[in-house]
This record gives sequence, C-alpha cells and structure tokens, in this order.
Amino acid sequence: MTATDRPSDIVLPDDPSFGPEVQVDYPGYRSTRWRAPDRPLVTLPEELHSLAGPVFGEDAVQASDADLTRQHDGEPIGERIIVHGRVRDTAGRPLRGTLVEIWQANACGRYRHDVDQHPAPLDPNFSGAGRCLTDDDGRYEFVTIKPGAYPWGNHENAWRPAHIHFSLFGRLFTQRLVTQMYFPGDPLFPYDPIFNSVRDPKSRALLVSRFDLSETVPDWALGFEWDIVLGRGGSDTTPIEEDA
Amino acid sequence: MKTPSQTVGPFYTIGLVRDRGVQNELAADGIPLEGTLYDGRGDPIPDGLVEALDPAGGRWGRSGTDADGRFALRVPAGARHLEVYVFARGLLRHQWTRIYLDASAGDEVLAGLDPAQRATLVAQREGEGLHFDIHMQGDNATVFFAH
Repeated sequence: MTATDRPSDIVLPDDPSFGPEVQVDYPGYRSTRWRAPDRPLVTLPEELHSLAGPVFGEDAVQASDADLTRQHDGEPIGERIIVHGRVRDTAGRPLRGTLVEIWQANACGRYRHDVDQHPAPLDPNFSGAGRCLTDDDGRYEFVTIKPGAYPWGNHENAWRPAHIHFSLFGRLFTQRLVTQMYFPGDPLFPYDPIFNSVRDPKSRALLVSRFDLSETVPDWALGFEWDIVLGRGGSDTTPIEEDA
Repeated sequence: MKTPSQTVGPFYTIGLVRDRGVQNELAADGIPLEGTLYDGRGDPIPDGLVEALDPAGGRWGRSGTDADGRFALRVPAGARHLEVYVFARGLLRHQWTRIYLDASAGDEVLAGLDPAQRATLVAQREGEGLHFDIHMQGDNATVFFAH
C-alpha cells in the first residue's frame, strides 16, 4: 500500500456515515499502515466504560503553564493569540477541574524536539507546551503564539496545516481524548490526510477553531474559540452521574 | 457530537512527558514493569506513549517509549490489572488494552477471550519485576478493546 503524490490518494472522499469516528487504518496517512490494529477490537461490557479516570489537582499546574509567551526571559516571535473554550460531555455538562495539556510548533513551524529536523529556526523564548485545569464552567484559556505550518515526509510536498495538539481527560477513563485544534480557513485542509481521517465533514469541522473578536484584546492578541466535547466509550447513551 | 480524535504525533513528549510533568504515580513505587511496543513488522515503536490506570487504587501514570520502543511503569502492590491506553504517531486514535498481573485472575474479560488472545494480556514474571510487550498487529497482536 503506497500512497502516491496525487491528492486523491492522500485524502479519501467525505463519508458522513463515519460520524466522529476516525478511520484508524487511513491509507493516506502512511504511518497507520504498520501501527493501526489489524485485528477486530473486543467489545467490553457496558459498565466497564463508566470507570472513573485519573484526577489531577491544582498541584499539577502552575499559573505560568497557561501562558506560553511568558515561560522565558524574552517574548517569543510570532502572532500572539488567546485560545479559549469550554470542555463538556456529550450531554452538554461542563467538565470541571479537568486537565488540559497542549503542545505545538513555534511560529516558524518548528517543534522544540530532537527529532524535528525541519530547517526553520528554533525560538529561544518558546518551549511550545502548556497546561491548565478547567474552571467551574469547564472553561480553559491559553495565551500562546500562532504555530506555523510545516513539511512532513508523508508524501511529496506534504505540509501539515497549523495546529495545536490537545490532551484531555474528562471524568471517565473512556472520555480520554488526544486531538488537534486547527485555525479557520487554512488552505492546507484539502491536502492533509490527518485532518481528513475524520471522514464526516460535520465532525471534521469540530476540529477547527473560530476567530473570536470578542476575546481579541485590542493592540495585543487575536482570540480564537474552540469548544471540546468528550464522549465516553460504549454506547454513550447512558447519562453520566454528576458527582457534585 | 463529540470532538474527534487526532494522532498524538511524533513530538508529544514536549507536552506530555516533561521534566516537571503531571503526577505520575505509576513511576514512583511498586513492582517494576517493562516492555516494548512493536509495530506490525516487528519493529519497536520509538515514539509511542503508554498510559496506565490501576482501577482498584485509582493510581495513574504514563511512560513514553525510548529509542528501543521500551516503556517502564511501576505497578502498585495489590493491583490486579491495569487499564492501558497506547498512543503513537500513526495511531489516529489511542488504543485500549489491559495488563493483567496474574493469569489466574478470575475475570470476566479474560474468561471471554480464547487462550491465545488471553495470553496477550498477561504480564510475565522477569527477575524481580514484570514484563509485558505490546504488539499492534500480527498473529500475536495484543487484544485491544472497542471504545
């Protein structure tokens, strides 16, 4: 199975029947070939999807963790942005006090990671990692720099659209989510197999943040809003008990 | 509608496995458990992430895989099994499995599997510790659960 350079082989057509589920062995994303499970998944009894997940307290975060522009002596280069939103369950209830971890490339599209050899400069004032706990309304907020697009080796002339990686826990073990937030109107969307691995366009649209003028701070930073919904495993039809 | 998953990618360590990381209780004390994460060609996966939860005691931890695909956790005394998520570049969604610490555990999940599948979920004694390899694909593929 070898993807060629034609976009039609990299990005499969939309298919709303997938809903929010990703096609795990998505052929356009070459790394799935030897890593995605190739045997049928085993279905566990429904009650095992209600297991409580790990809990992290205030000691897991410091206030400075949520401002990626103030983790060094100087300010990072790039377009300063405020990324905020609410974390909720599928019934619309806020997920309070849950850990949100993010990581990203710098404004030039380079990660502070040994494996990243993209010939773009590192920024001595930008580490690209942050975390926070959601507040009582399930809200999170980060101040950071808009990440740059960057090339990768998936196929000829492959570029990732600008994105911020998000990791979330929720209340239940099966609410765990690792995903990526994108920026509105990115011209690279039609060519990216990772973004398009979500085949349902309505579901895929949930990965894209919204420009938010109301949170934009005059003379300082652009605002982007991105809400996140964590679904439990199993049928996700049983209401989750609110644990006060 | 829930937010879809995307791969953790190759650079997750800068966000998830940091010097001053979140509380990593399965790295602190207990029986050492080591293993290797393998892809479908039998090659180690050097950019994987293993997260585990002891559902009995509520303790949680995570371990990135090293250049040889190895991960390391410590299993609390009294744990019967760990609930485990595997993340990696190339996995568009994390995969759910279990590590059983004792093959004799009379457990309905284990009992529902055929013997060959069952064996993929049971850690082996190795010296003073435990050993558990994870195979993403192939005839000896680890059992993964739908979620």
